[in-house]
Amino acid sequence: MRIIPAAKITETVARLCQQANYFLPRDVQEALSKAFQKEESPRARGILTQISDNARVARERSIALCQDTGIAEIFVNIGQDVHIEGDVLADAVNKGVALGYTHGYLRTSIVADPLERVNTNDNTPAQITVTMVPGDRLEITVLPKGGGTENASALRMFPPSAGWPNIVEFVLETVREKGINSCPPLIVGVGIGGSFTSVAKVAKTALVREIGSVASDAAYATRERELLDAINALQIGPMGLGGRTTALAVHIEHAPCHIACLPVAVAMHCHVMRRMTETI
Amino acid sequence: MPRSLTIAEFIEQIPALRAGDDLLLTGTLFTARDAAHKRLAQLINDKQPLPLPLANAVVYYCGPAPARPGDAVGPCGPTTSARMDPFTPLLLSQGVRATIGKGKRSASVTDACRTHQAVYCVVTGGVAALLSRKVKHSEIVAFADLGPEAIWRLDVVDFPVTVALDSQGNSVFDLVTKQ
Repeated sequence: MRIIPAAKITETVARLCQQANYFLPRDVQEALSKAFQKEESPRARGILTQISDNARVARERSIALCQDTGIAEIFVNIGQDVHIEGDVLADAVNKGVALGYTHGYLRTSIVADPLERVNTNDNTPAQITVTMVPGDRLEITVLPKGGGTENASALRMFPPSAGWPNIVEFVLETVREKGINSCPPLIVGVGIGGSFTSVAKVAKTALVREIGSVASDAAYATRERELLDAINALQIGPMGLGGRTTALAVHIEHAPCHIACLPVAVAMHCHVMRRMTETI
Repeated sequence: MPRSLTIAEFIEQIPALRAGDDLLLTGTLFTARDAAHKRLAQLINDKQPLPLPLANAVVYYCGPAPARPGDAVGPCGPTTSARMDPFTPLLLSQGVRATIGKGKRSASVTDACRTHQAVYCVVTGGVAALLSRKVKHSEIVAFADLGPEAIWRLDVVDFPVTVALDSQGNSVFDLVTKQ
């Protein structure tokens, strides 16, 4: 058994919240520069240039890439040989979020009650997903998720008689109708299977994967390529102003499901694909 | 090449502006997003005094992040304009001449732009750090209690926008689809 002090988790989450918001990951920057090479439209190239200039300004000045510094989606993989000493995990994580956002010049975008809508002023509570894994390490991923991309996401419960073509149509319909509001070029996370509760988590987990990685199952890797080509054929382009780059990547993750169900979730993400992981 | 315009020139030229025009704006913008729109609409409907003059105002759909000490403003990119659609015809009827945000608008906003000779412009989303460098001064002018949803005055220089909906009812998004 390994003891990890809760304060260590708080400190790590605070740091990750700030770094994730200031630094655009390398794989995203590389995907954007590849997209720039392929674009012919001057407007699309201009927008991709602004995006790369923005990453430089944010990095140099340690300021947020996007003013929407998101709801803090936090994935915690806990080795089952870990014992946390001090605060319970959720408190340790939320203290880290509050610290990271209020000290890091990050916008606090969470309201305590969905109808009363009063800001909590420290961006808590976070959305925390805990997974037990073997070992004695604790891995924390912070993914600040913007509201625009949340509103552009979708979930549908298909009957099992539906198949891959229906899923393709659903994803394309979601991109066509809501993609513009999610700041393209997009990263599209697709979850297939699980339950009503879990399919959205499956889709969000797909967003954590690096751009350029492929689904571990070869059949799904082929489907990822097919969907990416179909989305880019829509010619929505950067910010919906036309071009070849509507999405930088499609990531599909799947899970077993009930004999009566075929849940599908589309977790939309913008080009500011912020995520930062650290292992304690 | 984008054209550089002061806000006064921009307002004056609205009838001649066309969807797809690239502009660099210099002058004053007022931010407002969901909560501020709700309050403004309530005040207008109740015929109460407004905390800022709406005549010839340019409204920017934005809730900036906090500024680091010494910076004129925090990161300040656009939010999704469609969420403000229900309030836009009312604000245009009160003298607002231009709105700035990201994404498509409803048919009622297109109609209101024609009726009130107004335009809607888009700015690139997710480049908030870069856009904050175009702001020389900022201050809260209303609804400070709303935190990030307060109304800010932003004095901008060469703020890069594209006309998305012009006063004739043309949309840049339709032009893209037709290509």
